[in-house]
Amino acid sequence: MSDAIVSMAEALASGQAKIVDLTHTLDPDFPVIILPPEFGQCARFRMEEVSAYDHRGPAWKWHNITLNEHTGTHFDAPSHWVSGKDVPNGAVDEIDPRVFVGPVVVIDCSDGAARDADFELTPEIIEDWEAEHGAIPADAWVLMRTDWSKKSGAAYLNMAEDGPHSPGPTPAAIELLLKRDIRGFGTETVGTDAGQGAHYVPPYPAHYLLHGAGKFGLQCLRNLDQLPATGALLIAPPLKIKGGTGSPLRVLALVTA
Amino acid sequence: MNRQSYEGVVLTAPVSVPYVRYTNETAHWWIAKALREALGKVQMTPREIDGLSVSSFTLAPDTPVGLTQHLGISPRWLDTVPMGGACGVIAMRRAARAIQAGDVDAVACVSGDTNRIDSFRNLLSAFSRFAMDATFPYGFGGPNASFALLQDAYMAEFGATRMDFGRIAVAQRANALRNPQAVMKKPLSLDQYMDARMISDPIGLFDCVMPCAGAEAFVMMREAAAIAKGLPFARIASTIERTNAFPDDPIQLRGGWAVDIDDLWSMAGHGPEAIDLLQTYDDYPVICMMQFEDLGFCAKGEGAEFVQKHDLTIGGDFPHNTSGGQLSVGQAGAAGGYLGLVEAIRQVTGTASVTQVDAARRALVSGFGVINYDRGLCSSAAIITGASA
Amino acid sequence: MTNALPFPPKKDPQKRTLVPTLPPMARSRASLGLGVMAAQGRFGLQICAACAAVQYPPRDACHKCLSDDLPWQDVDPSGTILAETTIRVSPEPYFRERMPWRMGSVRLDAGPTLNCHLHGEVGRGDSVKMALKLDKAGQGVLIALPLKGSEHMQDDPTLRAMSCDPKRRRILISNARAPMALALTHALLNAGASHVFLGEPEAWLSWPERKAFEGMENVSILPLDVTDTSSIAKLSAEIGGKVDILINTATYTRPGGIVDNDTSFARETFEVNTLGLMRLAQGFGPGMAARVQDGINSAVAFVNILSVQALMPDPSYGAFGASQAAARSISQTMRAEFRGSGLRVMNLYIGPIEDDPWFQPLPPPKVTPNAIARACVQGLVDGLEEVTCGDIARDVYARWQTDALLLEREITGGGS
Repeated sequence: MSDAIVSMAEALASGQAKIVDLTHTLDPDFPVIILPPEFGQCARFRMEEVSAYDHRGPAWKWHNITLNEHTGTHFDAPSHWVSGKDVPNGAVDEIDPRVFVGPVVVIDCSDGAARDADFELTPEIIEDWEAEHGAIPADAWVLMRTDWSKKSGAAYLNMAEDGPHSPGPTPAAIELLLKRDIRGFGTETVGTDAGQGAHYVPPYPAHYLLHGAGKFGLQCLRNLDQLPATGALLIAPPLKIKGGTGSPLRVLALVTA
Repeated sequence: MNRQSYEGVVLTAPVSVPYVRYTNETAHWWIAKALREALGKVQMTPREIDGLSVSSFTLAPDTPVGLTQHLGISPRWLDTVPMGGACGVIAMRRAARAIQAGDVDAVACVSGDTNRIDSFRNLLSAFSRFAMDATFPYGFGGPNASFALLQDAYMAEFGATRMDFGRIAVAQRANALRNPQAVMKKPLSLDQYMDARMISDPIGLFDCVMPCAGAEAFVMMREAAAIAKGLPFARIASTIERTNAFPDDPIQLRGGWAVDIDDLWSMAGHGPEAIDLLQTYDDYPVICMMQFEDLGFCAKGEGAEFVQKHDLTIGGDFPHNTSGGQLSVGQAGAAGGYLGLVEAIRQVTGTASVTQVDAARRALVSGFGVINYDRGLCSSAAIITGASA
Repeated sequence: MTNALPFPPKKDPQKRTLVPTLPPMARSRASLGLGVMAAQGRFGLQICAACAAVQYPPRDACHKCLSDDLPWQDVDPSGTILAETTIRVSPEPYFRERMPWRMGSVRLDAGPTLNCHLHGEVGRGDSVKMALKLDKAGQGVLIALPLKGSEHMQDDPTLRAMSCDPKRRRILISNARAPMALALTHALLNAGASHVFLGEPEAWLSWPERKAFEGMENVSILPLDVTDTSSIAKLSAEIGGKVDILINTATYTRPGGIVDNDTSFARETFEVNTLGLMRLAQGFGPGMAARVQDGINSAVAFVNILSVQALMPDPSYGAFGASQAAARSISQTMRAEFRGSGLRVMNLYIGPIEDDPWFQPLPPPKVTPNAIARACVQGLVDGLEEVTCGDIARDVYARWQTDALLLEREITGGGS
């Protein structure tokens, strides 16, 4: 084993392997998911200066930050959704850390998402991908590339009077991924589900089905266009929050250069 | 009830400490200087004088009580008279009664104030509660603005013009040119008065007094004591005082003298025609004019005509404010309430030297003080006579 | 005739901005009552409860009968100017900088003589209408106004110094999405405001009402979120030197009491309504306070639109009411802190707003955005500190002033 780690370190040092940062900057202006206003809301990222080399602390600068477990680039644990509330070890502090580092495959839906904000990831697309790249391996992260992370401002949530419009998976697509026994599913949009995901049966199928099956979610990812379809390693360890349903985190991918 | 006369009590030892525009010395210093000179004249030490009457605006944080220890005086009778421009006559009439009653043998009456840079503004700021609440927030014109309002109303009511007030100021300057202690030393013409810049319309530069530092004093005692010491003295023929007269007048066109004028003349036993010289309180000429009327030298509203018809200088037919008055000598705070009385003592005792009016035997001195809000609240007047009257 | 206020020239960058000076501030306790009346736009004096004599200057005992029962009451403001003066010399820096200064003596029909400021259109002999206004020191002062002023009477320099008139001024409305923001923008521009900046929180969240502002002349929408200190710092750095009036419209409303409520909502409520106000005060206040004497478009007022629920318990809006009460407290402290600069803090109390979804189930009367806008502009023109808008706010405010404990019982104890 130690040889494998040493080889990886050498590959990184020599430039044979490189690290891709899949994380958005935590910024007060980064959108969060919007729910009907009578529901509780996801806290926006906020930062207040505690001291800045001044009378409040002469030699140091630091901030208090406030945010939700699901603000910015973040990890969803099974306990995030009602379907996963009874999953054993379903909170971020209980998850086996083995899960946080592992293989990742990328399904490129960027052409479709560019054409249609409500673009759906379907079983057919997954099967076409497998025809090209081979079956999705068990216990791998599956990321849906849409290039949606390149949008900013109001275009990101793409809110209309009938709700947000952004691409996502159909219930059948999630069911197929579960058949492949994936580790988790990740997107570039504000959630793992489509903007109009409330209208599927079940509503929000990615959340409902994945977490019910003890799988994990990643959202608000970026730079997926820098990942190969297969062969990369994903590093996504959430903060160890007691009973936490998710966590903002730094998501990195190791890819062969 | 007939008022008791002031027989047997006299005024002596008039003292004027030369005024300066600004000083670093305190009111204590100025008062001490006047007191030392007055006591010297009556040949007494501070320990010997048994009565003291003090008027000052700038003794704070002391009162005259602290002043006694500061100056080493042990009076058995101590008075403080906060009547501003009316304080001289009022200090005198109170001391006279105490001496008559035997409560005290001799009273040194003294007033004085300091004037540091910016102390006038500070003095005004804390002058009175009503001034703080209801006058100074409105342009902070100080007494200039308050008297401007009275003069504006007076001019509108009686048709007096600025030139009429100018005659008073110009005559006083002529008197002051004889007085080496006057702060104002240049001649003043009526044209110069009219052409001067306005301060608070219709008050112009030469309607205003110059705030100064200075002190005035005199000593009161029994006539027998003054004779024994060989001092020249004046007697008191009649006095009045009034505070907050005519409270229902919407604006002040008359002072408290108008309430008590009959009393003044009946006690004196004669009328205005017997007066040889008049010392009015002159922080602004309009108030002099009001005194001419309210003291009975002319009818109400005829002040302008009166000043047109009379020569108010020392050598004139109606000698008025013979030292030059505050308008030319300067206003040393509460000492302004003594200035006319101290000059009148000199006049009727024939010791006025360069400002002496010929054959001055009877002088009328009047005071006016304390613009608490919209009007002067204190008025006083006295007729004093020389030994020969 | 008062000349129309000119448009201010561009600022000379080589000249130091004048440091604000204040007229005399010291007053007796009784005289503070003038400020209480002026802050609400009332003209009133003490009237003796025993003999009905009208008192002025304010007193501790009646000048006719010595009674100490001298309640402040509204008084007929009619009077006549007996005398006037134009002060050209004053030792007080505030007035020295504004010489000449006219003041006069007015006989009030109700009795007393009032030394007062004079509007430029009145002089000796004129019948006038007296008003109590707050001066730059925040004290209630008297001014004689014409019975029927000319078109630009509000531009009289003496009167303008006591008002917070939006004319020729630049206004920042903190939240463009607030229900009254559009109506306020129109009302301010109609009142002569030279520019209206509107803060837009969460620009990443589209809102159809934005279109109404787009293309309006002299209106800019800029990013601002009162919960985000960095956005306030950024906007303040950008336009802080041009904000003459700041109107805080940012409000977060959620129903629910205290026991049955949710602290996440409560926290957000306080973040916006309470701490948001504090952040705005910190971000824009010092710059505004430094520009109180900056010519025609000097900084002049900070306006907080508060729910009248700040003054009473309401189990239907417990956390909201608490946040409003806290905001009111902050506003009062701001008033104290800005006192030394002359920057005015105006509280505009409103009731439930028509068409606001968070008050939708409540019965009428409600207050319309247009009414709020009118009250806000009028309050600024009149230079007030305390303004109520709408029947509910007026009613609650009056009852609160009369007896706050009784009001509590009326609201919660079945008063009918």
